[in-house]
Amino acid sequence: MTQKTPRQSWMATLARASRSEIETLLGDPPAHDLLKAPETGTVMVEGRAGGAGRRFNLGEATVTRCVVRLSNGRMGFSYALGRDGRKARLAALLDARLQDEAEGSGLHQGVATLAAQQVAARDLASRKAAATKVDFFTLVRGS
Amino acid sequence: MYVAVKGGEAAILATHDLVAEARRGDPNVPEISVAQIREQQALACARVMNEGSLYDQDLAALALKQAQGDVIEAAFLMRAYRTTLPRFGSSEPLDTAAMAIRRRVSATYKDLPGGQVLGPTYDYTHRLFDFALMDSPAEMAGLDPAVSGRDDTGASASGDARVKPEHDGLKAPLDATMPRVPDILGAEGLMEAEEPPEGDPRPFDLTRDPVSFPADRDVRLQSMARGDEGFLLGLGYSVQRGFGGTHPFVGEVRVGEVSVEFVPEELGFAVDLGYVTLTECQMVNQFQGSKEVPPQFTRGYGLVFGHSERKAMSMSLVDRALKARDFGEAANYPAQQDEFVLYHADNVEAAGFVEHLKLPHYVDFQGELELIRRIRREREERLAQEPNTMPEAAE
Repeated sequence: MTQKTPRQSWMATLARASRSEIETLLGDPPAHDLLKAPETGTVMVEGRAGGAGRRFNLGEATVTRCVVRLSNGRMGFSYALGRDGRKARLAALLDARLQDEAEGSGLHQGVATLAAQQVAARDLASRKAAATKVDFFTLVRGS
Repeated sequence: MYVAVKGGEAAILATHDLVAEARRGDPNVPEISVAQIREQQALACARVMNEGSLYDQDLAALALKQAQGDVIEAAFLMRAYRTTLPRFGSSEPLDTAAMAIRRRVSATYKDLPGGQVLGPTYDYTHRLFDFALMDSPAEMAGLDPAVSGRDDTGASASGDARVKPEHDGLKAPLDATMPRVPDILGAEGLMEAEEPPEGDPRPFDLTRDPVSFPADRDVRLQSMARGDEGFLLGLGYSVQRGFGGTHPFVGEVRVGEVSVEFVPEELGFAVDLGYVTLTECQMVNQFQGSKEVPPQFTRGYGLVFGHSERKAMSMSLVDRALKARDFGEAANYPAQQDEFVLYHADNVEAAGFVEHLKLPHYVDFQGELELIRRIRREREERLAQEPNTMPEAAE
């Protein structure tokens, strides 16, 4: 994916968030219909030979999805790795709410904070890996 | 004469109780939690996810707990569970160039762009027991004032408490994307290209369709990704030892997190489902070239779930060996024969066929027993009629 839409970005953030983070962000769940109850299935993960060549099936991964509709008719979706049905339902509600809220609202700020935390966690892991980067030096022998 | 009988229900129920007891072990020892296995036995979980062909760290940990650590039994549980789930579809092909690198080493280039990142590896350890992981000062509580009287700072409680957080802030993060080493060689035209075939076709799926031979590369790679690590290691090793004629260089081994993207039909755009941890290995092999192709290196490819370097390396060794036909090489050895490799790599199937021997074969065996008794009887009768010959030599 080259350029993500704002919705793709928040859905990605919610997919990586924990259930409790999503619960905290959403607060009291709004009234809604369950269009598609949380369902756990799999997605076949594809790789490419040599990283860039022919596609092949690496193996499946568990995925849980959910679709909700708010009383104003707005639909929210959630797709994320794992089997957490409650997280999927709450994330779908957030997806619906975020589509209705103006940019810069408290909810959008909350997602931005979560996204920043995820970037920070990734950054920290990268720094820890960077501490194991090899600095080669050359020993000059003879004259 | 054998008459079919029923029975064993009570015995089977009793064995369920007994296996539960055996699994639990000594009740004085605290029970291990699934979360502990997931967090502290991650390499075992990775193996179960690969051979069970299902990425789910929690389930892999549960499978290991339920199977008392028997990896193949755990993979079997994963495979069985997988069949109960609907499949929503296939992901977009993973972009391993965008991997968040935790470890990345090359044996071909010292100063490659992005650098050599050792990451968490046992490669440079002494393989000496670290008894600090076993002992705890609490065992001496009340006996030795020097131990029991002091606050447990964690420094001596466990070897794994030796974290050096001061390192974290010192280093700049690694580059967000790092070129794959074969692509560096490829830029010079020295590496066999890996390009999607015309139209970038959907890959074959051996969980849906029967495999036929000769098997294409996508079938081989899927089969090896879910294949038994030990079997592929043995085959990879055989290639190195001369039963396959390649002794390659590790172009690159990399470990890290990659995003999985999926396009749900009802949304029509790609949704990022989260990260999976992957290990990728690219082997660089020599190749003479031909009239059409100038001399260039060829490659073997391995990609697996989790941190599983041995598996990824074995897969890439065997992947290259299985390309024998493509390069006009003689396929003299097991690792070069797709039918042999693919039919025997699946440890769940192999275990099923080997272990089915434990099931009752009473009727089959009665047949064999009748036969051998009759042959012996006939032989004795014949010997009795020809007392003066030398039967052993004559037969």
